Amino acid sequence: MFPPLFYIFAAITLLFGVMVIASRNPVTSALSLAVSFVGLAALFVSLDAYFIGTIQVLVYAGAVMVLFLFIIMLLDIKAAEKLRPNYAAVAAAIILAGVLVIQVATVLTGFEAGRKSTADAALRPQQALAAMGDKALPTIANDLKDGVLPDTKLMGLQLYHKYAFHLQIVGLLLLVGTVGVVVLSKKESSPKGGRE
Amino acid sequence: MITLNHYLFVSGALFSLGLAGVVIRRNILVLYMCLEMMLSAANLALVAFSRFHLVDGLPDYTAQALVFFTITVAAAEVAVGLAIIVAVYRAKNSIDVESVTKMHG
Amino acid sequence: MNSITPASIVLLLPLFSAFTILLLHRQLKGAAALISIGSSAICAILSMIMLGAKDTPIGEPQHILSFIHISDSLSFDINALIDGQSRGMLFIVTFIGFLVHLYSYGYMKDDEARPRYFGSLSMFMFSMTGIVLADNLVMMFIFWELVGLSSYLLIGHWFQKPSACEAAKKAFLTNRIGDFGFMIGILLLFGLNHGNVEFADLADSFKTGPLHDLKESHSWVITAAALCIFMGAVGKSAQVPLHVWLPDAMEGPTPVSALIHAATMVAAGVYMLVRVSFLIGASEMAGQVIAGIGGLTAIFAALMAVQQNDIKRILAYSTLSQLGYMVMAVGLGAGEAGMFHLYTHAFFKALLFLGSGAVIYACHHEQDIWKMGGLSKQTPATYLTFAIGTAALIGVPFVTSGFWSKEAILGAAYEHCKILFAVGAFTAFLTAFYMTRLFIVAFLGKPRTDSASHASDPPLVMIAPLLVLSIMSLISAIPFVRGRLQAMVPHEHHSDAHWLIVGISITALVAGVALAFKLYKGKDKDPLNIPLFANKFYIDEIYAVIIKYAQDRLAWIVTGLERVFVDGLVARLPAAIACRIGSAARSLQSGHMQGYTFLLGAGIVLAIYVAVFVLPRIGG
Repeated sequence: MFPPLFYIFAAITLLFGVMVIASRNPVTSALSLAVSFVGLAALFVSLDAYFIGTIQVLVYAGAVMVLFLFIIMLLDIKAAEKLRPNYAAVAAAIILAGVLVIQVATVLTGFEAGRKSTADAALRPQQALAAMGDKALPTIANDLKDGVLPDTKLMGLQLYHKYAFHLQIVGLLLLVGTVGVVVLSKKESSPKGGRE
Repeated sequence: MITLNHYLFVSGALFSLGLAGVVIRRNILVLYMCLEMMLSAANLALVAFSRFHLVDGLPDYTAQALVFFTITVAAAEVAVGLAIIVAVYRAKNSIDVESVTKMHG
Repeated sequence: MNSITPASIVLLLPLFSAFTILLLHRQLKGAAALISIGSSAICAILSMIMLGAKDTPIGEPQHILSFIHISDSLSFDINALIDGQSRGMLFIVTFIGFLVHLYSYGYMKDDEARPRYFGSLSMFMFSMTGIVLADNLVMMFIFWELVGLSSYLLIGHWFQKPSACEAAKKAFLTNRIGDFGFMIGILLLFGLNHGNVEFADLADSFKTGPLHDLKESHSWVITAAALCIFMGAVGKSAQVPLHVWLPDAMEGPTPVSALIHAATMVAAGVYMLVRVSFLIGASEMAGQVIAGIGGLTAIFAALMAVQQNDIKRILAYSTLSQLGYMVMAVGLGAGEAGMFHLYTHAFFKALLFLGSGAVIYACHHEQDIWKMGGLSKQTPATYLTFAIGTAALIGVPFVTSGFWSKEAILGAAYEHCKILFAVGAFTAFLTAFYMTRLFIVAFLGKPRTDSASHASDPPLVMIAPLLVLSIMSLISAIPFVRGRLQAMVPHEHHSDAHWLIVGISITALVAGVALAFKLYKGKDKDPLNIPLFANKFYIDEIYAVIIKYAQDRLAWIVTGLERVFVDGLVARLPAAIACRIGSAARSLQSGHMQGYTFLLGAGIVLAIYVAVFVLPRIGG
């Protein structure tokens, strides 16, 4: 029953994506985007990327979209709703998007290497265990012996063994981001007066 | 039979939706959301390739590590970007993208 | 350099002297004069030695330098063609040149720019020698131009005077017009004679070569070439209508006038015509035109001289008149008579000019003859030599050389064209008239001004050349001297009309002298007043109007062209295009972020299309 599930979740992603663009109310847009991200997370899970799927829901749908909603509330919605769309831009964009999609579809029909399915690219835990040999961590080795994909653990292995330094840098980046946001959000307390 | 091509097509469609949204919408915030949609589409493509390119019978986690970092950095970027949008709102008192055309040459 | 021959030394020594003076003129001061005088003395001695040497074989001139060598068929060398003509002319040039150098030493004693003067004089000697020794037309042309340049430098020597600068410009430009014709003539001959413009080759070609055939079939081409080459002589020898520069050239120092504008440079035109006499002989019409212009110049100049009051101007017009005689002789086919007159004229005209220089020097740079007078008593040596020169010029019979040479020309004229004979005879009458007028007013009678009454003979260094030249004026027609000078010996016609001609010329002489004595003896101002002659037939004014008119029209046309093509097409049009393109491109920078994004997307779509769908088809 897997193919129907894929189509359902793909449809959710895309349709709510369209709703993001089409709705007048920005709150509607934000919530539609959140649902779209959930559909996307489902697609990730279907690809055996459990960790990434969870992260998608937690960070994107949970944190980023909520942030968006906060800001939307902060700013004036009434004025936003009065904005007229630029019909020329709409038409041009629709055509552009349509052309791009058609191009992607055409390229993909000729993409031989992409014709394999999950059945063709089946996971082989035993083989992986054998390949790892002595280097395997006990937890991972146990899961692999049971024939289960220890997705999170393997992901952790990658991150902390191969990309440890990059992880630290990203942490630094988050710190910088925080500081930057605080600085940018400061209201100018000028002695001349409050007019911007 | 769901093949890699299916996932890639969904990714492509999502990306073009995001592009269309950036061009169509005049609300800065919605525009920014469409931008995030484009990022996610890229993430989907990466994960799809990671699953179908097996290394010793396991998915290639290099791509998934990249996706992890992308999500992290995207989150940070959203925070800073929204702060900037608030600052612009304070200056221009409008969230219309047409109100910031100072780069007009 | 193939070998150091006397000819090559005579040619190159003055050049060397000129360069030395040019490079060291600040250090040299007085020594520059000595360098120049020394070089001219050496050249004079060498040319005297060469008078007795052998001719160069026909077709094999002495090689001095390879000058231009573009290919085997297109090369021009500086060679020396040494035959009777060039030897005689070389002697004249170097001898009179040396005397003028000597004279200049005294005349220019107080001048500050003496090095420049002597450097230019050496330059002139080099250029003139080049013309004399030239064996082909191209080499002659090169030195022709150089002579023009030296003349410009020397006329404009006192460049602080605006009139001198104007005169120098006028001389050079008028010469240039003549040289343009000359160049066209040379190019014609170059093309017609298959690339060879040596005199010997051209003469042969007329007998048995391509030019001979052309003479039969298309004689108008030969006439055209002859007339074009004659243009060069019109410019250089100051024939009508390009005569306007010579009187103005008197702004230069007097020794310069003596050397260049009396004896040598202006004679170069006649020398050149004699060198290409085969060309003139081949075309009857060219000969007639040349003779006509010569006669016209002779009488024109004589008429203008009748009313001039500046001593040097009178002599300048006299030179013009005598040059007309020479050109007329060449046109009539009597080139030998013309050359003979050129030699004798060189001596006595140089004498007259140097004498006038002495007079001017003695009267403290006064040039108006009505402000002189009584110089016979104050400056006896000058008086005597000037008298001899005048006698030679007007052709006092049998004693002076001028008589013999003029009689030769009149004889040729009588034989070929009676009208020109009448013109020549009338001009002889006028010559006698105005020269006697000059003599009476300047030398006889009582001094009219203070400076004239305090005049005295100039120093020996200036008198000595006068004495030498007066001797030469008297003896240069004697057959012995004539033979030594290797001057082309005119055929001794002694036809029946010989005594008739002599009689007529003596009559003209006596009539002119008598009329002048009657009109001018004892007068203090000119009894005759003919404005037409005094104002030089208003030719200068006419030229000025024509040139101005032509210039205005040309400027108008050029302005129009410039406005359309240069300004519009080349300058404004690209600017306008760039502006429009810029404006169009500027509209891309709308400042709208969504516009930019759209263009970005469009670019991506296009790139994908090209990369995926187009390039594989092409095979890229």
